[in-house]
Amino acid sequence: MNAILTARDLEKAFGSLVAARDINVVVPPLQTVGIIGANGAGKTTFVNMITGHLRPSKGSIHFEDRDITGLPSRMITRLGITLSFQVAQIFPSLTVFDNMCAATAIARAGGGLLATALTPLHAPDTLAEAEAALELFRIAQYRNLLAATLPQGVRKLLDIAMAVAGSPRLLLLDEPTSGISIEEKFGLMDVVMSALKARRITVLFVEHDMDIVERYADRVLAFYDGAVIADGDPVETLENPRIQELISGPKLKTEAARRA
Amino acid sequence: MIPRSLSIGALAFIVVAIAGPFFPAWLISLATVAFANALVVLGLIILWRSGLVPFGQALYYAIGAYTVALIGRYSGVHDIFFMVVVAALLAALTAYLTGLLLARYREIFFAMLSLAMSMILYGILVKTETLGSTDGFHVEAPRWLGYAPAAGWMRRAILFWTVLAFDGAAALLVSLYFRSIAGSLAAAMRDNEIRLEFLGISVNRLIHLNLVIAGTLAGIGGALAAFAVEHVDPDMSYWTTSGGFVFVTVLAGSGSVAAAFAGSFVFELLKSIAYDLLPGTWQMFLGAALLLTILFLPEGLGSLLLRHRRTLKAIRAAGR
Amino acid sequence: MCWPFTVLTALAILTDGLVYAAYLFLVAVGLTLIFGVMKILNVTHGSFYAFGAYGAAIAVGIYFDRGYPAAGGFLLMVLVACAIGLVLGLVLERGLLRLVYGKDEVVVVLVTYAAFLILEDVIQLIWGTNSYALYQPLDLAGTIDAGPLVLSGYDIGLVVFAALLAAAGSFALKHTTWGRLLTVVIFDRELAASFGINVSLVYTVTFVLGAMLGALGGAAMAPKISVTLGIGVEVIVLAFAVVAIGGMGSVGGAFIGALIVGMCRAAAVHLVPQVELFVIYAVMALVLVFRPQGLFTRAQPRKI
Repeated sequence: MNAILTARDLEKAFGSLVAARDINVVVPPLQTVGIIGANGAGKTTFVNMITGHLRPSKGSIHFEDRDITGLPSRMITRLGITLSFQVAQIFPSLTVFDNMCAATAIARAGGGLLATALTPLHAPDTLAEAEAALELFRIAQYRNLLAATLPQGVRKLLDIAMAVAGSPRLLLLDEPTSGISIEEKFGLMDVVMSALKARRITVLFVEHDMDIVERYADRVLAFYDGAVIADGDPVETLENPRIQELISGPKLKTEAARRA
Repeated sequence: MIPRSLSIGALAFIVVAIAGPFFPAWLISLATVAFANALVVLGLIILWRSGLVPFGQALYYAIGAYTVALIGRYSGVHDIFFMVVVAALLAALTAYLTGLLLARYREIFFAMLSLAMSMILYGILVKTETLGSTDGFHVEAPRWLGYAPAAGWMRRAILFWTVLAFDGAAALLVSLYFRSIAGSLAAAMRDNEIRLEFLGISVNRLIHLNLVIAGTLAGIGGALAAFAVEHVDPDMSYWTTSGGFVFVTVLAGSGSVAAAFAGSFVFELLKSIAYDLLPGTWQMFLGAALLLTILFLPEGLGSLLLRHRRTLKAIRAAGR
Repeated sequence: MCWPFTVLTALAILTDGLVYAAYLFLVAVGLTLIFGVMKILNVTHGSFYAFGAYGAAIAVGIYFDRGYPAAGGFLLMVLVACAIGLVLGLVLERGLLRLVYGKDEVVVVLVTYAAFLILEDVIQLIWGTNSYALYQPLDLAGTIDAGPLVLSGYDIGLVVFAALLAAAGSFALKHTTWGRLLTVVIFDRELAASFGINVSLVYTVTFVLGAMLGALGGAAMAPKISVTLGIGVEVIVLAFAVVAIGGMGSVGGAFIGALIVGMCRAAAVHLVPQVELFVIYAVMALVLVFRPQGLFTRAQPRKI
């Protein structure tokens, strides 16, 4: 099976500061990859290079078989890679339902400016798809609330739902559970992961919470000082003393994690 | 909600169209100008929703007006439809070109740059002898596909209906636009440009589109106003003209398409009454009205209606 | 001695440009100060100018008619302007502006526009539609023969006054406590407040100062123009242009902006009269396109 994402000898330097180097990663389709590392270790740089917001200084990135190195982010979105933000990027003055409609309608219209001007927002197909997306992410009960009034967890779910409105094949999640209370983290991730699996989307997520990583990732990439220092099974990687020393700290299961 | 407001609008349209020409001459003339200017306000509402307040729509208004005046004067063509279409195209082209620059700016810089552009045209018009410089020049009466109505009631009525026809078409098209993805994302654009970009929309290009639409509307408005007033002069490009349009937009609010027409009419009426009753203080009156609206009704008079509607909706929703 | 035409023209452009620049600076400096500190594009500035012009024309006119000494007349112009600026500035800032602080920039501009409209009619109510001429200061200052040109003493005085004001302003901003406070608030109002600076007081003082400067501009120009309805309307866009070019909030920028616009206009008047008005706004548009924050403002630090 062809890899969905291949990064070869990827490097990014800002002047003399090398933010990421020698990154070689091959991701098979439908694998869930957890990316860990301290702040400044290169995780965000790596993610930004995939989404097209940073141009790699060296190396290449292939999405399925296509070379996407250095392509503009809007094009990469259209090709099937999207990003969901650490701080949920939603439209506060629209209702949840309209947020979802907007994302769905735009994805269906295909991106041409004239297409967006000529397509009605509340076309029946759009309405149905948006409704289905809200159901999938278990936030349909909030549909008439203004997005600005949502609790943090629901905002995140909406943000992710909007990110996958166009049925991308690869989704990058930037700290999906940051800002969420410990009790709710697992609930949130359960919904997200099952929704993404139902949509057959490959996921790469950046996380600082090791319990989340251990439970939901098929594979872990550990970043340190701009390079990948570990790449493999979550349990093994997180038991690795070097990883514990540099990144994750000793394993202490939280009450919630023990319960989950 | 959708069919109801459209049907009310259509009804109002028909009533005005039928009853209009039977009102006194001064009222018809006033209404004609008001409804021509309403097109400019409609364009402003589109931009206002995206969070932009241009202070230079007079540029396209003047281009529309001078275009029809010049065609009538120098080319021997007097067909109103031909002239208005040419005016619209020229205004659209200008809006496209100026939009290439304007779309990259926001807020105050946007307002100032659009102001500068309208003043550039003003400067050119004032100093150009062949265009009549500060006095401007007279606009001859147009013809409708060869038919030249007699001066007086007939011509007034036909011009009135023509302006209404353009208004109706614009209202319909803009309503459809507001229901399209591009049109309904105005609020979203103000909220969160990042998310729109990430969904694949270029916000700058969307703003550019809105600028072209607004500019075209303003051009058509200017062209029709030129026929209504039978005169063009450089003041049509002056900043106070732009200010007047912004004024009406604030008063009317950006809540609905109908607000542009009702608001423009009310404004012209108030201005006329104030001019008669309080000569020398009508600006004060308008200024005070603007102030009160901004302070107490920030979404304009149209919001009074919307608030009512929202309250009803909330009551219904709570009852479910 | 016979002067070649081109040299004469060049000299004329230079002198006219300087005089016009002085006028523009006086008119624009108050506006840029208010924008820099309060981030408000104050359309009412046109009213300050107009009131200053009317006030000077009338009060100083009466003064000279009574035959009082000349020097006092010039002093009176300044005093009248300051008084007008003080009253108008206080009334507007305390009475109106504080109702809209914190609201959208454009809303505030519209509020000042509304106030401007109201004040335009107040002028008409007070002084009617007559035009007033204040000729005495011009006559008293006489003329000076400088080579081939005859310069008006008043114009020279205007240039000197503007230059002194610019110098004093720059000095004050950099070297006095109050000036430094203003500079901090211009740079970052939140930061200033967190340092314990009474931003509200700074706002009031700045607005009043700006009003006084605007009125001063009007008073200074009164002898050169026919003081009548509508002078505020014209001046406001010119002031906007100068401030946009020089950078909003920069006194030095207003000076350079005024020089640029003054010289361009003088050149246009002498060489290509048709573009006289066009050139000012064309320069403004150009600067806005390539450097929207103006030539002399540090680009605002990006805030997250």
